[in-house]
Amino acid sequence: MVSIDVWNAAVDFPIFDAKSRSLKKTVLGKTGGKIGTDNKVPIIEALHDINLSLRHGQRVALVGHNGAGKSTLLRLLSGIYEPTRGHARIEGKVAPVFDLGVGMDPEISGLENIIIRGLFLGMSRKQMEKRIDDIADFSELGRYLEMPLRTYSTGMRVRLALGVVTSIDPEILLLDEGIGAVDSEFLDKAKGRLTELVKRSGLLVFASHSDEFLAELCDSAIWMEKGGIKEQGSLREVLTHYKGKDPFENLSPKALERMRQNESDPTATIGSNET
Amino acid sequence: MQATSTAERPAAPPETSSRSWRKAFTDIVEGAQQRQLWAHLGWQDIKQRYRRSVIGPLWITISMGMTVTALGILYAKLFGQDLHTHLPYVAVGFIVWGFISGCLTDGTEVFIQNEGLMKHLPAPLTVHILRLTWRQILLFGHNLIIYFIVLAIMRMPIGWSFFLAIPAVLLLFANGAWVATLFGIISTRFRDIPPVVGSLMQLIFFMTPIVWNAQILEQRGGDLSLAKLNPLYHYIEIVRDPLLGSEIVWTNWAVVAGITVLGWMIALLVLRNYRARVTYWI
Repeated sequence: MVSIDVWNAAVDFPIFDAKSRSLKKTVLGKTGGKIGTDNKVPIIEALHDINLSLRHGQRVALVGHNGAGKSTLLRLLSGIYEPTRGHARIEGKVAPVFDLGVGMDPEISGLENIIIRGLFLGMSRKQMEKRIDDIADFSELGRYLEMPLRTYSTGMRVRLALGVVTSIDPEILLLDEGIGAVDSEFLDKAKGRLTELVKRSGLLVFASHSDEFLAELCDSAIWMEKGGIKEQGSLREVLTHYKGKDPFENLSPKALERMRQNESDPTATIGSNET
Repeated sequence: MQATSTAERPAAPPETSSRSWRKAFTDIVEGAQQRQLWAHLGWQDIKQRYRRSVIGPLWITISMGMTVTALGILYAKLFGQDLHTHLPYVAVGFIVWGFISGCLTDGTEVFIQNEGLMKHLPAPLTVHILRLTWRQILLFGHNLIIYFIVLAIMRMPIGWSFFLAIPAVLLLFANGAWVATLFGIISTRFRDIPPVVGSLMQLIFFMTPIVWNAQILEQRGGDLSLAKLNPLYHYIEIVRDPLLGSEIVWTNWAVVAGITVLGWMIALLVLRNYRARVTYWI
C-alpha cells in the first residue's frame, strides 16, 4: 500500500556558524562555564505542524510563495529529512525529482549517467539497460550518449535527465519544478511523458508555480505559507484562495471537464489529520 | 473537503522516534541491499580518477610499487637491514596503511562530499559508507599486486599461516566500515575533525612501524611497549605476520578483535542517535 502519513511534524534546521560548528566550543564551553549566550545554536523552523495523509491515486499540487517550505516539505515526504518533532511514515518506493542535475557526473558518458541516476531512483541495472533505447529516443541524443556528459549543452543535459526520470516506475513521485531550459517543442514532448509518468506513479506531489501544469497533472492542492499548511483541498478551490482569483476561468472547457471528473473521484481528496 | 475515513489511516502515530535501533539496522540492511548502487559508485570513483589515462587504475599499483621500492631500499640501508626481508616488510606495511589511512581520511568527508546527493536523493547512510569502503577495498586489491610481485622476486618462505591473512584482511575491511560511519557522522557535525585527522595521519604514519622495523627499536634500547600503544600497529601486524611468514602473535589478534567490537558498538550507537541528523548537518 502506497501511503504517506505525517503527524504534527516539524523540521528545524540548526544553523551552525563557523564557531559553533567547531569542537572548541563544545569542549571548552563545558569546562569554562557559561560565557555569554552564544552557546545555543540558532534554529530555523522550516516546517511546523504538518499533518498529512496521502493515499494511492492522489495527485497533489503544492503551492506557495518562495520560501514557504514547499521544497522542504517535499524532502520531508521523501524521507531525506526525518521530522525533528512529530512523526512521518512513508510506505512505497519514493522517486524524488528535485534537481535534474544532481547525481550526474560530467566526466562519464550519458549512458553511464542513465544507469547511475536510475540506480539512485531505486531501479536495478537491468531495468535501466532495458530503458536506454527509450531514453535515447526521447532525448534525441543518439550517438551522443556515448560521449561524456561535459560535452553536452545545458539543454541536452536537461533532456537526458528528464528522459531518465520519466522512464522509471515510481510508487511515490515527488516533483519540484525546475523543468525549463529546453526549447518549447521539446517541452511539449516532455509534458506528454510527464503525464504518462504521473499516470504510472501511485502517488504524486508536485510543487510548481505554473497553473497550467498543475491543472493538467493534479486534482487536489496544498497551500504552504511560512512553513505551515495554510489550506488543503481541491485544486481549484485552493488555487482560487491562493491567487485571489479563479485561475481556471480562462481555461479551455476540455481541461475543465477533465478536472471535474477528477474532483468527483472519491479517492482524489486529501485526508486531514486534525482531531 | 472531506477527510478520509479513520479506518483507512492508522489513527495513532508510530511510537518509535527516529532514534531507534530498528531504524539504524534498517539503514544498514537496506543500504547493503543496494549493492548495485554502491558497488558501481565505488568502482566509478576509481575509474574517474584515471579517466583518459592510458593504463588507468594500473597507476595505483605502479605508484605503490615505486614508493615501496624507493623507501624499502632507503630504509634498509639506513637501518642496516637485509633488503630481502625489509622490502617485503615495507611493502605489506604500506599496503595496509594505505587502506587504514584511506578509510580514516575519506571517512571524515564521506557525507560532507556527498552533500548534493544526500539532499536530493534519499538513500540509507550505509550506501555512502559502503561506497567508500568498497572503493578502499578495490584500491587495496590493486596495491596487493605489489605484494605478490615482491613475493615472487624475493622468494619469501611462506607457510600455512599465510592463510591467516584472509581473516586478517576481512577484519581490516570490517573496521574500515565502522571507522567511516563513526568519523563520517562526527565530522559532519564538527567540521574541525577532517583537518585534525588529516594532519594527525602524517604523524601516525611515522610513529607506526611501517618503514622502520619494530624489532630495531628494541635492539637499539627503545621500548616497544610505546609502539604497541598505537592501535594501528596491531592492525598492520595481523596482516603482515602471515603475509611475511613471521610468527603469529595472538595478542595482536586479540587487540584488533577487541577494537573491532568496541568500534562497531560506538559506531552503531552514533548511527542510532544521529543517523537522521546527518542530512540536517550537511
